[in-house]
Amino acid sequence: MNELIKLVEAENASRRSELPEFRAGDTVNVHVKIREGNKERIQVFTGTVIQRRNPNTNGETFSVRKVSNGIGVERTFPLLSPNIEKIEVVRLGKVRRARLFYLRGRQGKAARVKERKVKKA
Amino acid sequence: MSGLIGKKIGMTSVYNADGQALACTVIQTGPCVVTQVRTTEKDGYEAVQLGFGEKKEKHTNKPLQGHFKKAGTTPKRKLVEFKEFTTEFNLGDTLQVADVFGEGDFVDVVGTAKGRGFQGVVKRHGFGGVGGQTHGQHNRQRHPGSIGACSFPSRVFKGLRMAGRMGGNRVKVQNLKVLKVMPEQNLLVISGSVPGAKNSFVIIEK
Repeated sequence: MNELIKLVEAENASRRSELPEFRAGDTVNVHVKIREGNKERIQVFTGTVIQRRNPNTNGETFSVRKVSNGIGVERTFPLLSPNIEKIEVVRLGKVRRARLFYLRGRQGKAARVKERKVKKA
Repeated sequence: MSGLIGKKIGMTSVYNADGQALACTVIQTGPCVVTQVRTTEKDGYEAVQLGFGEKKEKHTNKPLQGHFKKAGTTPKRKLVEFKEFTTEFNLGDTLQVADVFGEGDFVDVVGTAKGRGFQGVVKRHGFGGVGGQTHGQHNRQRHPGSIGACSFPSRVFKGLRMAGRMGGNRVKVQNLKVLKVMPEQNLLVISGSVPGAKNSFVIIEK
């Protein structure tokens, strides 16, 4: 990519280093800034990451799925958005594909994701 | 219409104050050199000719070499006249991005559209095609349909939109917002897309 474009994206690139590593299958808390009139508050969206799109680019987004009162809710966030206060990884998931759209057709026990154990070095 | 000449670098996205991602085009523009000043007495109109982009002297013909020598600059690849610059200029003055543009300005951008080659009417003129694959159609989904009546007028009207060469023409896009000015790198970040390929010359008018 052109060096000059990287200069324009520089301020977003610094934001990337502050974010934790996570991938599809992981459960995350996304702290989203919400503006109501002049007031600003933080809302937490907790769910399973079902995909990361356009990884390592300025326009990278990730989708989080949760089931709220029996209704599936999915939200897609731009990874480098200033509206994302922080991302916490709650649980690591062990999955065999990058996009977990199969979770949409499943409920309850069938929609579980195995936990990934990290070996301590 | 004041403005500058620039080079299209490419596209990316930036976030605005509300956290929305905006698609934007990065343009390298300036420093532009004043190569000629047109005056009412001499030329019948007021304008400033600007030059941008370096060119080797051996690739410049003799008349142009003289033209650049007069302005006291090296040969430039692109020369464009701008009318209605409010300030006065002398030959050889240089213009930077920040001199002309500020954040939040609305600008028009002129470029040469990418050549698309020989295209049909659906792509070239936005025709709808015949609209279906059934009712007797089998090989004319993207055809233009009828091009005229019968024994009267017994000809095809001039200017009827048909297939042909598309692109490669001069296109102006109006009212694009300047999102960011980066004077150290001579960069201009403009919202939305701009006609032309990467590394092609564009004219930014204010």
